Amino acid sequence: MINSKEEKQKYSDMVDSMAPKSPIFSNCIKAFISGGLICILGQFINNMAQNYGLNSDDASLVTSVVLIFISAVLTGFGLYGKLGKFCGAGTIVPITGFANSMVSPAIEFKKEGMVFGLGAKMFIIAGPVIIYGVLSSIVVGFIYYLLG
Amino acid sequence: MDKRLGKQTLKFDNCPVITETSSITGPKEGEGPLSSYFDIIRQDVLNGCESWEKAESQYVHDNIKHLCEKAKTKFEDIDYIISGDLLNQDSGTMFGIRDFGVPNLGIFGACSTMGEAIGLGAILVDGGYAKKVISSASSHFCSAEKQFRFPLDLGTQRPPTSTWTVTGAGSLIISDKGNGPCVTHFTVGKIIDMGIKDPNNMGAAMAPAAVETIYAHFQDTGRKPDYYDVIATGDLGYLGKEILLKMLTEKGLDLSKNYTDCGIEIFDKETQDTHCGGSGCACSAVTFCGYFYDKLMKKEINRILFVPTGALMSTTTSQQGESIPSIAYAVSIENME
Repeated sequence: MINSKEEKQKYSDMVDSMAPKSPIFSNCIKAFISGGLICILGQFINNMAQNYGLNSDDASLVTSVVLIFISAVLTGFGLYGKLGKFCGAGTIVPITGFANSMVSPAIEFKKEGMVFGLGAKMFIIAGPVIIYGVLSSIVVGFIYYLLG
Repeated sequence: MDKRLGKQTLKFDNCPVITETSSITGPKEGEGPLSSYFDIIRQDVLNGCESWEKAESQYVHDNIKHLCEKAKTKFEDIDYIISGDLLNQDSGTMFGIRDFGVPNLGIFGACSTMGEAIGLGAILVDGGYAKKVISSASSHFCSAEKQFRFPLDLGTQRPPTSTWTVTGAGSLIISDKGNGPCVTHFTVGKIIDMGIKDPNNMGAAMAPAAVETIYAHFQDTGRKPDYYDVIATGDLGYLGKEILLKMLTEKGLDLSKNYTDCGIEIFDKETQDTHCGGSGCACSAVTFCGYFYDKLMKKEINRILFVPTGALMSTTTSQQGESIPSIAYAVSIENME
């Protein structure tokens, strides 16, 4: 039975009209609050670091390291996934989400060995982020250079 | 006598009997509404193994062993095992049964595997090519997530149309004689692709395949939907159920009275956070082997049309932008007087 494009389109429209929708509004609120809380935590660590005499650059570095550490530990204990289920983009977008996206495949694929398992698969989600992050920073840097 | 009805249905006159079943599940299924019907409920998703894949194989191994013990049958007396699962190269079952020394027919029908396995088993027994056949299917939430989706600990949200892969294995013995319900018909489905591309909405991808197979079954056999006490699809879930009922009503078949879906039966939507319901090969396999078989044996139901449904995509095809072709197999299983 070969279905025409029109039939497929009609079916797809029907499915769209019947499918339960993601609660976008409440998801946005949860993401805003949880993401904001992570940022407040980051700011708190940053201020603390500066209070202890670090300069602004070093304080930022310490902030990143601490947040990544917390996220990695939570992922290891299986808690970050649960947090992410509730917070959505709120826990994906900050640097903690990036750490989670590296630690979770590392845990999952460790069984396939340290090289082709953990080592290679660690980047299945974070890899593209790094690639396109670097690429876009080159483009932005070039524009910045041209504008002097 | 005519063994073929219409274009897609086979009729079995020699009454291949389902003499015994066994089901094994993980802890989440064990907390669900059907828990009292399962033979073995493991509290450890890893089942004492070190990886999800090994755990799935162990589930299959333990379940088929338990099946034979229950039926007081030795492996030497089993002519074939027909089995499959969701993992690449059918490794879930193949590795699980490698020590049994029984001739094996490995099959792939994604989540429709149990329907295909029962149908093929009935063909072998009805045709006199085997006296005892084991049909089996398995899936594991964690190994399926790892192969098809994301690492378990990744902090993502599952969309409301998604389903929850059932962890477990179901298997049964089809025999040329003995007590139990008979497999009377087997309707072989066609591959149907209505262009759905979202791997998080398999209910919508598979519903048209179930519609096609169920419609063909009634066309070929001349039966009416009310002939059956229960018509149960494999893992369409809540959305797939709605779509199926709507599409069949448009085709003039009213299933609203006796239709259900194994994916709806196996989990409690409200308390178990499974969104559209259960899925995976084990969803239909354990629900039939545990729940429906028990009802057939107690004569609470006497005729069931069991229609496991499968979405035939892989991660590669999905990433290449392909839509999801689907299939459904219908087996009618009846208590004979």
